[in-house]
Amino acid sequence: MSADFYNEMYDPAGTLRPHYSAFADWLATMPAERLERKRAEADTAFHRVGITFAVYGEEAGTERLIPFDIIPRIIPAAEWQALQTGLWQRVKALNAFLHDIYHEQAILRTGCIPPEQVLNNTQFRHEMMGVDVPSGIYAHIAGVDIVRAGAGESYVLEDNLRVPSGVSYMIEDRKMMMRLFPELFSRHMIAPVQHYPDMLLENLRTVAPKGVTNPTVVLLTPGAYNSAYFEHTFLAQQMGVELVEGRDLFVKDETVFMRTTQGPQRIDVIYRRLDDDFLDPLVFNKDSMLGVPGLLSAYRAGHVTLANAIGTGVADDKSIYPYVPEMIRFYLGEEPKLNNVPTWMLRKPDDLKYVLAHLSELVVKEVHGAGGYGMLVGPASTRAEIENFRARIVTAPEKYIAQPTLALSNCPTFVESGIAPRHLDLRPFVLSGKRGIGMVPGGLTRVALREGSLVVNSSQGGGTKDTWVLED
Amino acid sequence: MLSRTADHLYWMARYTERAENLARLLDVSYQMSLVPQSLASQNENWRAILALNSLEDAFARVYSEVNVENVLRFMVSDAANPSSIYSCLRAARENAHAVRGTLTAEMWESVNGTWIELRQQNFEHILARGVSEFFDWVKLRAAVTRGVTFGTMLKDDALHFIRLGGLLERGDNTARILDMQYHILRQNDDEGASDFYRWGALLRSLSAFQVYRKVYRDAITPARVAELLILRMDLPRSLHACADGIVRMLQLIANGASAETERQAGVLHARLHFARIDDVLAGGLHEYLTDFMDRIYELGDGISQDFLIPA
Repeated sequence: MSADFYNEMYDPAGTLRPHYSAFADWLATMPAERLERKRAEADTAFHRVGITFAVYGEEAGTERLIPFDIIPRIIPAAEWQALQTGLWQRVKALNAFLHDIYHEQAILRTGCIPPEQVLNNTQFRHEMMGVDVPSGIYAHIAGVDIVRAGAGESYVLEDNLRVPSGVSYMIEDRKMMMRLFPELFSRHMIAPVQHYPDMLLENLRTVAPKGVTNPTVVLLTPGAYNSAYFEHTFLAQQMGVELVEGRDLFVKDETVFMRTTQGPQRIDVIYRRLDDDFLDPLVFNKDSMLGVPGLLSAYRAGHVTLANAIGTGVADDKSIYPYVPEMIRFYLGEEPKLNNVPTWMLRKPDDLKYVLAHLSELVVKEVHGAGGYGMLVGPASTRAEIENFRARIVTAPEKYIAQPTLALSNCPTFVESGIAPRHLDLRPFVLSGKRGIGMVPGGLTRVALREGSLVVNSSQGGGTKDTWVLED
Repeated sequence: MLSRTADHLYWMARYTERAENLARLLDVSYQMSLVPQSLASQNENWRAILALNSLEDAFARVYSEVNVENVLRFMVSDAANPSSIYSCLRAARENAHAVRGTLTAEMWESVNGTWIELRQQNFEHILARGVSEFFDWVKLRAAVTRGVTFGTMLKDDALHFIRLGGLLERGDNTARILDMQYHILRQNDDEGASDFYRWGALLRSLSAFQVYRKVYRDAITPARVAELLILRMDLPRSLHACADGIVRMLQLIANGASAETERQAGVLHARLHFARIDDVLAGGLHEYLTDFMDRIYELGDGISQDFLIPA
């Protein structure tokens, strides 16, 4: 069975891949008890520091840890180079697409994307038509999920362009590895990642409204009960910016202010970790207590920058995903460097017919779903689960897409029974600003800790690994 | 700084201080209950603790009888009682959690660690181990949190709001403890010899026993105890020391709206700074302390409006 999957550490003949050799030498000298002790030390430290994610519906103070695995995922320099070039290309095209559909809509006139797919999409924000955002950047922060399939080829699984999270775990995992096993870092040339918050702040400062030379940046959080609250506090602290909630802000004369102990202070850039729907109760969800009344008016007037922009969801929607290669050709005149997963769109009768006949082999996802909820992994489901899902598809096929079940690559992982292969993905974070695109080498590696599981989301029992990009 | 952040820091400090002083109050009451006395007068003292916090009704809804075990259970570990040590430490932790990015790592770990440890002990454990040991633990955790606060925080507005909250709460709590114990002690005037132990327990609960010895080198008298806890500028838990700190903190955080609050704090401070204990006692200690607590309450109100929850 394992031969069907690409193993990050060993080739199919069972020979160690060269970029893992120094690590494997070290691992061979490590007694199992020491590894176990180090793992327990990591757990204690993560708990004490409170690097946790809140679980909805449980009492305050019962946050859970995201399991951390002590065996790193290692990526050779050349491989990272190729990946990085592909990511830059992709994010550039996605930003061009967003600018286009909120202005001329040239791509819709060519017919390569059916206009109704964009214009009738619930994530398309008509309020953004004709609004000019600084440097034409919409997705300032993108968290692109990448997986590696059977023969070692990479696929983009999802472009997360709304409020992608996980970057704090990337940094904390690195800190933890350096604390637990400092000797490993002298044996390898590992590209650093801890400067991500600096890059992020610099990136946010470059997209301040016109004429603002020393912008005040804040991070807008939904609050302490949000599952990613740890990350919000972490990033605000690392960047040295205020962590604000909607109630801390108010809008006057189309300008955003925060309430401080020294009176109102003007805000120029908002790194918001709050979905579009909750941003401004005057325009979007009327019942939202999390947003700021009048924010959209200040935004449209160009007096404040939101990162990411409003309306990016239409570009990472699963119904738009199949068209990203077309966008790259259309806007950049280039061939896509990263693969898209072949996707059946169930609104098309032929696709629907095929998918219904092959449910047990495919992965079916809700177009608007996220976080590993509301999906069917055919090969891992019982007949009853499949039939249940079939009934849901038939009532509203346009709400679903299907993809082949990818043979996600695996990597040795420290689990209860010892060291065993577990499936993983990679989420690099791509920053776009006035001065172009930047990223730290690597990203967040998520690993499905349950044997055979292909779902890596933390809400579904996934863990994380430190990700090493080796320098030549 | 952000008003909401200041609000959370201020209340984090108030709840931490409140939990500590509640432990001090309950400890002194517990110690005093060990002095020979009638069961009736003992239970009367426990009733006074409930009255001090206006909790008689809330208590009566859950417990049928006022006795040492019930009151301790209610005031130590009852999660439904918003004034229990449990609730105070939970509120301190929740406030810290909301602004953990503003705290140093050591501070957050201290507040969070206290909460995690508290959740691991139920009241039966506490009884079995001895309540005094538990009160010592609460005081020790408060000391650790205070220590890392002063030892690690940048001396900016965040620290000033933390100190302001702590001082306001401490002044109020010292006045409360003194008011209640003084009242009980005066009532029991005729019991003579045991008074020494009672006054001693009161002083110990405010970490002032050795200080008393050092300052007065004389027998313990009610007037001197009152003078020490109210007027001595050099005793860290005295009303005068708290008022002095409040004035200094307000100077550091002053904004365009806070002049009146600063003035009120200045008046409060002057009344302590230039007072004589004979005058205070002549006017009635209870009346004096009640007036002090009212003024602290109004200061808290002014601070909220000027800095924490501006309109």
